[in-house]
Amino acid sequence: MNEINKENINEDNSKNNVLNDSKADEVSSEAAKESIIVRENNFISQSPHIWRGISSAKIMYIFFASLIFPSVAAVYFFGLRALWVMLASTITSVVVELIIKKARKKNFKMDGSALITGLLLALTLPPRIPIWMVVIGAAFSIALAKEAFGGLGYNIFNPALAGRAFLAICFPTFMTQWYLPGNSGIDAVTSASPLGESFVAEGSKIAFYRDLFFGNVAGSIGETSAMLIIIAGILLIAFRIIDWKIPLVYVATVVIMSLIFGEDILFQVMAGGLLFGAVFMATDYVTSPVTGLGRIVFAIGCGLITFLIRRFGAMPEGVCFSILVMNGFTPLIDKYIRPKPFGYVKPQKAKQAK
Amino acid sequence: MTIKRIKFTAGLKLPENKITEHMPVVRLDLPSKVVLPLQQHFGQQCNLLVKKGDTVRTGQIIADSDSFISAPIHSTITGVVSSVFKMINPLANSIVDAAEITASEEEDVQYLPVNQVFEEIKKDLEGFKDNNEAEKYLADKIKEIISRINGLDNEEIISIVKNAGIVGLGGATFPTHVKLRPPKDKQIDSLIINGCECEPYITADHRIMLEYGMQMLIGAYIFYKVLNPGKVYIAIEDNKEDAILNIDSLIAKSGLSKSFCVVSLKSKYPMGAEKTLIKNVLKRKVPVGGLPLDVGVVVNNVGTCKAACDAVLRGQPLIEKIISVTGAVSNPGNFIVRIGTPVSEILKCCGGFKSEIREIILGGPMMGNDINEENFPVTKAVSCILIKRGLPRNEGHCIRCGRCVDICPMNLMPLNYVNFVKNSKFDMCREYHISSCIECGSCAYVCPSAIPIVAYIKTGKSILTGK
Repeated sequence: MNEINKENINEDNSKNNVLNDSKADEVSSEAAKESIIVRENNFISQSPHIWRGISSAKIMYIFFASLIFPSVAAVYFFGLRALWVMLASTITSVVVELIIKKARKKNFKMDGSALITGLLLALTLPPRIPIWMVVIGAAFSIALAKEAFGGLGYNIFNPALAGRAFLAICFPTFMTQWYLPGNSGIDAVTSASPLGESFVAEGSKIAFYRDLFFGNVAGSIGETSAMLIIIAGILLIAFRIIDWKIPLVYVATVVIMSLIFGEDILFQVMAGGLLFGAVFMATDYVTSPVTGLGRIVFAIGCGLITFLIRRFGAMPEGVCFSILVMNGFTPLIDKYIRPKPFGYVKPQKAKQAK
Repeated sequence: MTIKRIKFTAGLKLPENKITEHMPVVRLDLPSKVVLPLQQHFGQQCNLLVKKGDTVRTGQIIADSDSFISAPIHSTITGVVSSVFKMINPLANSIVDAAEITASEEEDVQYLPVNQVFEEIKKDLEGFKDNNEAEKYLADKIKEIISRINGLDNEEIISIVKNAGIVGLGGATFPTHVKLRPPKDKQIDSLIINGCECEPYITADHRIMLEYGMQMLIGAYIFYKVLNPGKVYIAIEDNKEDAILNIDSLIAKSGLSKSFCVVSLKSKYPMGAEKTLIKNVLKRKVPVGGLPLDVGVVVNNVGTCKAACDAVLRGQPLIEKIISVTGAVSNPGNFIVRIGTPVSEILKCCGGFKSEIREIILGGPMMGNDINEENFPVTKAVSCILIKRGLPRNEGHCIRCGRCVDICPMNLMPLNYVNFVKNSKFDMCREYHISSCIECGSCAYVCPSAIPIVAYIKTGKSILTGK
């Protein structure tokens, strides 16, 4: 009989484990660790008892590392100024996250997600933006777009894009002042973004494409170099950090739309933030659908809206808003596009109706 | 002839860790006591036929049930029923009655009667001390045995299988005699013998195919005789090259090449799960909530085949099982143990724990249960005792990366169940087909946030079924 009691308790423990875990918000992970140590003798491990070991934090840091490519391009083309923007944004993000976690009495875990948000935001800003504006944008990204929804995993909109959209609406003049690379002095020459209507390509077309490819054009600090973004994207796909479907379908949609409307395809793809958005922004796990088909639908939506804004909208660039709009659709996509369960047959009624 | 299915197959590539792969099966000494839960199968619990204090013989039926989906329980040693009590079966998550039998000194065997055509073979087999001799003997006589099996009545075979208490030994423990009696309106055209053993660490089925290949094949032939399917596929993962070659040569030797063939499958987890196995071997999909019967297939484990051979040829009921003892034990290996032997006794024979790790997992690392109780017995469902440090999971928030959706062999969305169970939305679980989940653990294995998804799914399932 003794046996039963003992096992009963163990059984209860294992069930409690699950229930406790469900309230993981209340139980800080430190406390959980402690309880494991205390109950080491009768801790029941849940199956499976092995784990691949690729943690969220690891994925985040690999993603962060891939952002080094556009960051290097940013510093190369726009000088130290770009570095200050990136540093300001990243540091603000981490500090704001730390403050909010402490204020909400939650456990702060350095998982790299705030770093990514901060750097992503910086890379989408114009080079000459005042630093205080960068700080405001980064704080908005973390505080309102991410933590207000419940933190990593619960935000509806991509925090970096939300921050950029916020800045674009609040400070439109600063956010649309572009500078040609190489002019780091005070007397820098303002220039239209390649996508701006007033922009006229100088010199031969091939030289212009070359500049677009290597990044020697005006634009946000991280989005100009198509080459480095493509390299980073290929690496991310090879390491299975991002799904190939989103960037590929996104770009393909824009290409097809350009064909239909007779736009310059190479220009549409390489100019502006399309590649940057497709590789780094639209592929954000939290704000994109989880199923393969859902991701394709999401990417097509992004591509269509991007093109429509570029062609018919008031703004020269539509990547940021198109991804934000599709972020809003993500819960719906996940609700209605589900994989068919293995061996699923339509219920009998549907068959008879035919 | 070996069919190769080497095309791209979905699934996980797991670190195999099959450390006991090359260790021959060793017969362990008889245990001093056995604990026999009265429900070791899928279905109705058996009623105890003996009382406390009764003397029982090895192979005597001590519990049985009138229910169709059930299998009798045999005493696995000779001795006295020392106590009858209730215990928790962590494998089935239920409370069952159990009988404890304390061994007396002499072993007294009471096996099932065998058909007179096998009397001679039975006697010969009893004469062999060594399994290799028995294998050689059976291989020599295989043609004769096959013709004798052909002479048997189907009903007789089914009743032998039933009385021997044979259940699916792959882990599902579905009574085998039920599988042998498919409904009249279902045409069975294929029999798959499952020798995949896709879980890491476990090597019991692998050793059966190497050392007991002939007996396994005879068992498969017995099922073939009863079900009369057109084709028998022996499915083996390609990480067991030697087993594939061995079974292939045995098939050729016994002249069964016409209807029997070996299928070499890519070693991906969960290849050995019934539904994925049928899909990969025959390209058929078992419907949601359906059985393999619905697509004309019966699947049996290699261990089940060997047990059927033992029952028909020797009259030996299911009283012993080949298991792997592996992980952090001093002397890992493959052993024949009597069913009901407490885990602690087996571990003692294996030299005990190697290190500080004290966690006992019955089954493989992906689907096994951490039992946390050394006195729990080896039941018919257990094919491995694994000593391994459990995972103290540091559960994070779901980041919706979709890895679980990509990997799920049943095409489900595991991440949703976690949310639904956390928020007690059990109706939604049903809407998302939670019952289709085979609990293979692939989702929790790949989850970057280390969420024990399977535990949530099990909770959701058991609440839905009202357990």
